[in-house]
Amino acid sequence: MIWRGLTRGVRALLRPAQRDAELDAEVRHYLEQATAAGVKRGLSDPAALRAAQMDMGNMTVAREEVRSSGWEHRVETLLADLRYSVRLLRREPGFTIVSVVTLALGIGASTAIFSAIKPVLVDALPYPRADRIVVVSDMQADGSPNDVTFGTFRELLARARSFEQMAAFKPWRPTLAATDMSEPERLEAQAVTWSYFRTLGVFPAIGRDFAESEDVVGGPKIVILSDGLWRRRFGAERNIVGRSVTLNDRSFMVAGVMPQGFENVLHPSAQLWTPLDYDAALPRDGREWGHHLRLVARLRANVSPADASRELEGIAKNPVAEFARVPWATFQAGLLVTPLREDVARDIRPALLAVIGAVLLLLAIACVNVTNLLLARGAHRRGELAMRVALGAGRGRVMRQLLVESLTLALFGGAAGIALAVVFVRSLVALSPPGLPRVHVIHVDAGVVAAAVLLAAIVGVCVGLIPSVYAVRYELLPALHRGSRRMAGGHQRTRGALVVVEVALALVLLVGAGLLLRSLDRLFAVAPGFDPAGLLTLQVQAGGQRLSGDSARLRFFASALDAVRRVPGVERVALTSQLPLSGDIEKYGLEYESQVTIDPNEDNSGFRYAVTPEYFQAMRIPLRGGRLFDDADMRGSGSDGAAPRPVIINEALARRRFPGRNAVGERIRFGGPKDRPWDVIVGVVADVKQMSLAAAREDALYVPQATWLWADNPIWFVVRARSSSAAAALAPAVQRAIWSVDRNQPIVRVATMDALVTATAAERRFAMILFQAFALAALALASVGIYGVLSGRVAERTREIGVRAALGASPRDVAGLVVRQGITLTGIGVAAGVGGALLASRALVTLLFGVGRLDVVTYAGVIALLLAVAVVACLLPAWRAAKLDPAMTLRAE
Amino acid sequence: MTDENTDVIPGTLDLLILKTLSLQPMHGFGIARRVEDISRGVFKVNAGSLLVALQRLERAGWLDAEWRTTENSRRAKFYSLTRTGRKQLELETKDWARRVAAIARLLEERA
Repeated sequence: MIWRGLTRGVRALLRPAQRDAELDAEVRHYLEQATAAGVKRGLSDPAALRAAQMDMGNMTVAREEVRSSGWEHRVETLLADLRYSVRLLRREPGFTIVSVVTLALGIGASTAIFSAIKPVLVDALPYPRADRIVVVSDMQADGSPNDVTFGTFRELLARARSFEQMAAFKPWRPTLAATDMSEPERLEAQAVTWSYFRTLGVFPAIGRDFAESEDVVGGPKIVILSDGLWRRRFGAERNIVGRSVTLNDRSFMVAGVMPQGFENVLHPSAQLWTPLDYDAALPRDGREWGHHLRLVARLRANVSPADASRELEGIAKNPVAEFARVPWATFQAGLLVTPLREDVARDIRPALLAVIGAVLLLLAIACVNVTNLLLARGAHRRGELAMRVALGAGRGRVMRQLLVESLTLALFGGAAGIALAVVFVRSLVALSPPGLPRVHVIHVDAGVVAAAVLLAAIVGVCVGLIPSVYAVRYELLPALHRGSRRMAGGHQRTRGALVVVEVALALVLLVGAGLLLRSLDRLFAVAPGFDPAGLLTLQVQAGGQRLSGDSARLRFFASALDAVRRVPGVERVALTSQLPLSGDIEKYGLEYESQVTIDPNEDNSGFRYAVTPEYFQAMRIPLRGGRLFDDADMRGSGSDGAAPRPVIINEALARRRFPGRNAVGERIRFGGPKDRPWDVIVGVVADVKQMSLAAAREDALYVPQATWLWADNPIWFVVRARSSSAAAALAPAVQRAIWSVDRNQPIVRVATMDALVTATAAERRFAMILFQAFALAALALASVGIYGVLSGRVAERTREIGVRAALGASPRDVAGLVVRQGITLTGIGVAAGVGGALLASRALVTLLFGVGRLDVVTYAGVIALLLAVAVVACLLPAWRAAKLDPAMTLRAE
Repeated sequence: MTDENTDVIPGTLDLLILKTLSLQPMHGFGIARRVEDISRGVFKVNAGSLLVALQRLERAGWLDAEWRTTENSRRAKFYSLTRTGRKQLELETKDWARRVAAIARLLEERA
């Protein structure tokens, strides 16, 4: 019966003295009885006793057998081993500290990285049946995802059978009116179709969800608040439902509040939701046909994303009359169906995978270092272990004890590592790029701690394996005789091999760090097309009833522009609807009046910028042909048919579409209703990067601000400071100037252009910083490893060195011997590492820019660095070897 | 005691202990003595093996153990058979009979 076995065992563990006493009593009684039986047979007392003892055999062995036949015996030996290990570790503080710190570094870094990737790559998203939620996107010409149109959404809603629920959404940035207690605030929000929360599977904690009847054009103005907003701006008022809230100077009614733990992964910063209220009749020239919505859907049970994708492709290729499509939204190229988890992690995935590889390399190096340390320590314990085996411990038993020792070491390292990880995680979160999803969920929780403990156990076994195998390998009698110092070369070779492995791994990490460093260098060396130094940018949102009309808005912006122009320190200021490298996207397809050849696979669209005339001077975008805008253009004299609207394009587009001709004078059309008049190209300017410095082909279409179909809102202010270092300092003055025109308009996204440029490479920078940190740690560990092995060799070969010195070798020769050994080891490690780096760098390819993965400069630099560090690591042992007095070493034997 | 004392047949110690205790509760030496006596000296129980087996059978739930005072006012650990122990005895007895019969058949085989 298992229960009895358990209880008996536990009792024996807790009261060993009692168990022993009982066993002794039983044995003694047995002996007494046996003696008594002998006396009865006629023997004398002492003779009977002796006979009984001979009969019974060795009772000590018997007692041992009884004791060890219970399961608790194994636990006891384990505990004994543990106690012994801890004692040993305390006796050698130097070794213990170095090993524990090394392991803590490796385990801590791994744990921190694991907690960063866990919410993204491991955990399910915080929705019921989250694996059923997908994101549906349109496809651009190059296969990359694009936002969908409302028309697409309506058609899929009616025709697609694969989905239980579907919802479309877009970002919304309303201004929350000032109250007597707080400032006006621009909120991050979402405009969603009524089934948004239903699709995600989460419902308001207070109040109710949106109803289908409310999501119509001209429908009631209602909002649902996030828990955070409810607490922050509304004091967690219980009667919030039915209250009215003023957004953009209009009154909205609060219908509900989302639960506290709700995580909106599709737009994490959104604090407010309102129905989309688009026109289901799909007017041809309305915003219903712009690609600006995202689509999330919940698959039916038993439907896979691939099935859904196939069905959508079928729908795409078979338009029906009921759902007429506009030319730029035929979605005949197909639709992409991506599981939500993948979509959320899309941009950051390559960087994360690279970082995981890097931290594993670091862990491996740490393990190799500690293995080496254990091997060195094992050599000194040869005598002790031989004694144990002589006393009757089997080899397995000795190995088990050594493994317990390394496990103990690893568990201490793991505990320290977890503490380190808590600190690492905080810095990780601080420097994480904005693209890292679910950042606020990243912390060291129970799951992460459990993983860390498991990792420590694995590390303990791996690290202890080689040393324990070595410890029991050798013949024990010679080991008992000889002193522990003079050892055969076997384990020295192993230690040398381990150092080679260390160096190789360190080289791979260093190459990775080097490649990323150079990529970032190259990236920031790319000319963005304008001069970012000394530029201050900020976005102004004109909201409210007074500014709801286009002309009112334009007047406000014009006044604000004037006010800013008068601020001292401002050299130039201009407005634009879209700012390069800000993360915004607004693109339009192009039509050309004259014949141009357009490759159907090419992306025939450009970014639209509605600008004031000084924009080009403020940004220092050079003019390549034709002219810039002037005040006459700004008055919008072209929009009523008197003269065509002037447009400026970028030179790459001009070269591509009008090769050999002058683009100026050609007519093009984009945006707006189908048969509007053609615009005329009046100027060509230099190319400008919009999405990122690494982007290849980005075409730009500039129009004068007042001439577009609507008055863009919000608007970017671009301010060039007189001195390039003063840009940031101008911000308060510029803000005051704008507020002097109208106090109630929020000013957001205030940043210098330099900061924006840096932010575009956030993911790469994140990966690079981590790689650099790991590579430096790896370099330090590898150099310590080289030093350790060489010191060990010198210590063990003092006699040989003494002989050499006595035979005439100078101290320089001896030192040279040691250094040569170190360089040889490093050299082999480097060769192996180069091979490894060539393979491993394939994982980094997506993160690189401007450098191939076989970049010679990087490899050469890293090799030189490693060799230099190796030489430094050799110096101390070499010096010690040179200092050896042959007379002393020879006598010491 | 004769010199033909041999250890019990390997694997049968449990059976012998269970059978011995099925008659009356006994302490360790008593069991050994009884086996020797009844087997007329053919089998001799090794003290160490006996103690190990007794602990095992007790933990398996087939024996109960109790410290009692004997006639000589000594304290001794007495073992007795439990209900499940009795069932186990039946099982092992049947199994033993099966094996003995098989061996007997094999030995009777003429070429």
